[in-house]
Amino acid sequence: MAESALKSPESSGETTGHEWDGIRELNNPLPRWWLYTLYATIVWSFAYWVVYPAWPLLTSYTTGLFGYSQREVVLEEVARVREARAARGQAQLASASFEDIRSDPNLLNLALATGKAAFGDNCAGCHGVSATGRTGYPSLQDDEWLWGGTLPEIERTIRFGARTSHPESRAGDMMAFGRDGILKRDEIRSVANYVLSLSGKAYDPKLDLARGGEIFAQNCAACHGDTGRGKQEVGAPDLTDAIWLYGSSPEQVIATITNGRKGVMPAWEGRLDDATIRSLALYVHGLGGGR
Amino acid sequence: MSSANAIWKKHEFFEKHSIILLIGILIVVAIGGLIEIVPLFYLKSTVEKVEGMRPYTPLELAGRNIYIREGCYLCHSQMIRPMRDEIERYGHFSLAAESMYDHPFQWGSKRTGPDLARVGGKYSDEWHREHLKDPRSVVPTSIMPAYPWLTKPLDTHAVAADLKANQRIGVPYTDEMILKARSDLLTQADPDDAAMDEFQKRYPGALPRDAGPARKQPTELDALVAYLQVLGTMVDFKLYDAKKNLR
Repeated sequence: MAESALKSPESSGETTGHEWDGIRELNNPLPRWWLYTLYATIVWSFAYWVVYPAWPLLTSYTTGLFGYSQREVVLEEVARVREARAARGQAQLASASFEDIRSDPNLLNLALATGKAAFGDNCAGCHGVSATGRTGYPSLQDDEWLWGGTLPEIERTIRFGARTSHPESRAGDMMAFGRDGILKRDEIRSVANYVLSLSGKAYDPKLDLARGGEIFAQNCAACHGDTGRGKQEVGAPDLTDAIWLYGSSPEQVIATITNGRKGVMPAWEGRLDDATIRSLALYVHGLGGGR
Repeated sequence: MSSANAIWKKHEFFEKHSIILLIGILIVVAIGGLIEIVPLFYLKSTVEKVEGMRPYTPLELAGRNIYIREGCYLCHSQMIRPMRDEIERYGHFSLAAESMYDHPFQWGSKRTGPDLARVGGKYSDEWHREHLKDPRSVVPTSIMPAYPWLTKPLDTHAVAADLKANQRIGVPYTDEMILKARSDLLTQADPDDAAMDEFQKRYPGALPRDAGPARKQPTELDALVAYLQVLGTMVDFKLYDAKKNLR
């Protein structure tokens, strides 16, 4: 077949001369816009090599005309935004006393907004988006506090966490009285029965309440207090109210006494800055139960 | 016309000999690799100078294997890019030094879930266990699949071999670490273990992880949690010189 037979309005009919099984390859020119775009990208790449870090050398690399560094740019940007925030009041959130912050409506609003945002990102995973908690993770909406509900106490708990490896961490474990062989099974049953009676919950009258009380005095009162009202220095909860971190059924109370509990709250120092930690304290304090 | 035809003739030679074409492709790709990849191995500026990096403990390494086995990297990246939004959410941008003992690295390329490069220490161990078994029990809106089968006992028979393989490709595991791999794994899972001090001397900064009642037989969950809890926590950023490590 002659080349002229391949002629069409789009093609001159010229071929590359390749032919396989009678199929030939047309040698049409590339569309001009496409070709010039290709040339432009080649020119651009040369400019890029000169301006930006590009070529590896034997011991270093070409740093480009302006010594551009992505890390430098972002560090400057972060610093600039921190400064702008500090100027808007974040600096005071980090340094002013809680009383001063609370007496300045603008500052308090800023703290509550900052705290709310930080809570959603960092605290809601355990305490829930509305801070109502769940089994094993205390509600922050009520006025029972494991480690204290004043602003400085809340700040300390957030900063160093509970039962973390930080030296300033809140510390105090509920021992595994059953697993570690401190109490026998029937002793655990009677002391659990006694604990339920402390908050006026239904208890088993067939079990000896006085004996449960004796076991409580010997084993539990050191942390939970003689009357079971708890002790915040060691994070021992009040056993006389209706709030139960690990459940209030006889089975759950027995499980708690048998295997112990040590809920961990992470330490946030280092992960969050001072202004954010103190804003969180104010936010949590303001949820309703702050003392 | 004739010179153009001569070029086409040479090209025809490649087009009609697939092995020659293949070799040609390999040579061209190798040039790209030579220029783009090889310098990263000899340029000192590739890996930053940092304090605190240590090889994974046997328990963490076992957890890392579970992470890879379950395909966590398909939805979670471990790479905080040098951008302000990422730094604000996840913390300091990731350093090359932080994955220098990762073979292969787990940077990932997709974030269906959040980045995990600095998830270590953000949640409690117990939270991670509950979350892995049933994500929606702690995060009601989560779309992460549940991994309830991770509660089975961890298979530890290959852990020494794992360390050895890593040693062979340059991770500074000592022969002693390899020898004690299995006992170190069990030690880390039991805070009351008598060999804890010795273990922590071998792996400075490694924290005991309480496997609870299963202390002497840690589960896959315990290993995975140990791995997650160490992510992004090794480098001491108080001693990190940002100015010296601009790239």
